[in-house]
Amino acid sequence: MEPFELICPAGNPAALRAAVDAGADAVYLGFRDETNARNFPGLNFSREDLAGAVAYAHARRVQVFVAINTYPQAGNLGPWERAVDDAARLKADAVILADVGLLAYAARRHPDLRLHLSVQASAANVEAIRLYRDAFGVRRVVLPRVLTVPEIARLNAEIDIETEVFVFGGMCPMAEGRCSLSSYATGLSPNRQGVCSPASHVRYEPRGTALASTLGGFTINLFEEGEQAGYPTLCKGRFLSGDRPAYLFEEPTSLNAMELLPELKAAKVRALKIEGRQRGKAYIAAVVAAYRRALDAFAKGQALPTLNLDAVVEGGAQTTGAYKRAWR
Amino acid sequence: MTPLLTPGLTLGPVLFNWPADRWRDFYFRMADEAPLDTVILGEIVCHKRAPFFADAMEAVVARLAAAGKEVWFASPILAGNDRERAAMRDVVANGLLPVEANDMGALALLAGQPHAVGPFINTYNEATLSWLAGRGAMSVSLPAELPAASVAVLAKAGAALGLAVEVQVFGRAPLAISARCYHARAHGLHKDGCQFVCGNDPDGMPVKTLDGQSFLTVNGTQTLSHGYLCLAGEMDRLAAMGVSRFRLSPQAVDMVAVATAFRAVLAGQRDGRDAAAEVGRLVDAPLENGFFHNVAGTAYAAEA
Repeated sequence: MEPFELICPAGNPAALRAAVDAGADAVYLGFRDETNARNFPGLNFSREDLAGAVAYAHARRVQVFVAINTYPQAGNLGPWERAVDDAARLKADAVILADVGLLAYAARRHPDLRLHLSVQASAANVEAIRLYRDAFGVRRVVLPRVLTVPEIARLNAEIDIETEVFVFGGMCPMAEGRCSLSSYATGLSPNRQGVCSPASHVRYEPRGTALASTLGGFTINLFEEGEQAGYPTLCKGRFLSGDRPAYLFEEPTSLNAMELLPELKAAKVRALKIEGRQRGKAYIAAVVAAYRRALDAFAKGQALPTLNLDAVVEGGAQTTGAYKRAWR
Repeated sequence: MTPLLTPGLTLGPVLFNWPADRWRDFYFRMADEAPLDTVILGEIVCHKRAPFFADAMEAVVARLAAAGKEVWFASPILAGNDRERAAMRDVVANGLLPVEANDMGALALLAGQPHAVGPFINTYNEATLSWLAGRGAMSVSLPAELPAASVAVLAKAGAALGLAVEVQVFGRAPLAISARCYHARAHGLHKDGCQFVCGNDPDGMPVKTLDGQSFLTVNGTQTLSHGYLCLAGEMDRLAAMGVSRFRLSPQAVDMVAVATAFRAVLAGQRDGRDAAAEVGRLVDAPLENGFFHNVAGTAYAAEA
């Protein structure tokens, strides 16, 4: 049986080199604009950067995937189509797309370009996945974080294209690509601008002895003295429903599905993905190296090494998320 | 079938968990009193609720059809697990009514049949609209977060493709869907043992910030806006763009009055801003139209 493919994030050329050197099988990245879902200031790749990234990665037998996974703006398809054209021209190994209009364009103009379906398309069932395969020749689907491992196993038994799942990093409790919470509070959305809970709309304000984190003027959390103040991602905030303050949608936890490697293998998952294109190279190096060691041990049938990733995870807490039914 | 490019009012599916009697009586009243062209039925948020009103479905369909309304079924927003998939297949194979697809899986199953594309399929641009038209979509309902500039391009493209473009003009804006049930979670329950606590909140469960500011609404696995999306004041502009269908999303308010107000605007008998003011009095939360005006969805800008 083929070993898992390890798919790692890079927000800049230094992070890409760190991921490659730490044992990635493929690195995914985006261009420096609204065509990708991590459109953050100071992040991402110019065309020239991509050419260098491909050269560095290919020399080390590592693949490069380009995420062009926002939804093109009506009347302004050019930036998205050029992103696909340039990824193909610069020899990216695959593009990761979500929009059917853009998938149709890519399939028509670049029949040899490998297409992956982004998690932002939220294709959660056999029927949808077959449609993307039949209509556009999609070769791999990144599954939305709404399925349990047994559900993934049943899905893989019925489809004949590869699946990739997130195993580590920040996680959305909502179906990806189907969420307008950020634009409701700020006017900027993952689907349109490639941002969620953007830093431009974040404020930290004292409230008596507490510190409030706000997004678009809405209080997302309050931290008492001594409590670590986290970033106000909308769905990871504390809210009142009834009179009790609670993390209504999701705690500020980080996904870590390492303990599920045997189940994910049995479910015939092809590739494991690490989230975090916005992370620095030290984080990338640590997480990728940890997963590389774990996958190598797993492939040899050895016990999984004990890996201490607590220092790098959000809020220090980890979860297996939607992969276990009790999460729901 | 109503000519698709004739302007019309659509009533979207009831999103909330209403008792079967209330659900049936609501649709009977809509059939008898509300000036609607199209009514879309079906449980699209949580398949566990559907059995409650299944017995009333036939009578509701008959009453709406007898009143001259065109009736459609909508497929679930999220179809991940086996039971959700089965619910999706059942809707597509209902054999009685045409179907609005809210997921790409349902769209796949509808190949070769006349169908509508619902607001939960991501139609953001003309390339996607064209692909959907090529697969036989008769109408496409746009996602609530699209701004006016995108709506204008899509309405024009829709006219050229011969399909109707629809925009939600009333009701809490749907913002997110999840595999996790937040209603159950807020009550300390798991989804599998939810006790149908969502039934306690016929207009959704209010979610406030820690400052006590009203913000969001939870409806089981779905999250909606707190304010009510209202584009009554933008109706003339939407019609001029070529938008031909206007969607009202049912809330636990006087929907006959809401439909009557929008109908009067559509017929050119009433000023949209005047209708918006009346709609504002019918609901107990602010009106919002920020998405359309390309700012935060929570905003409300009076149409100049």
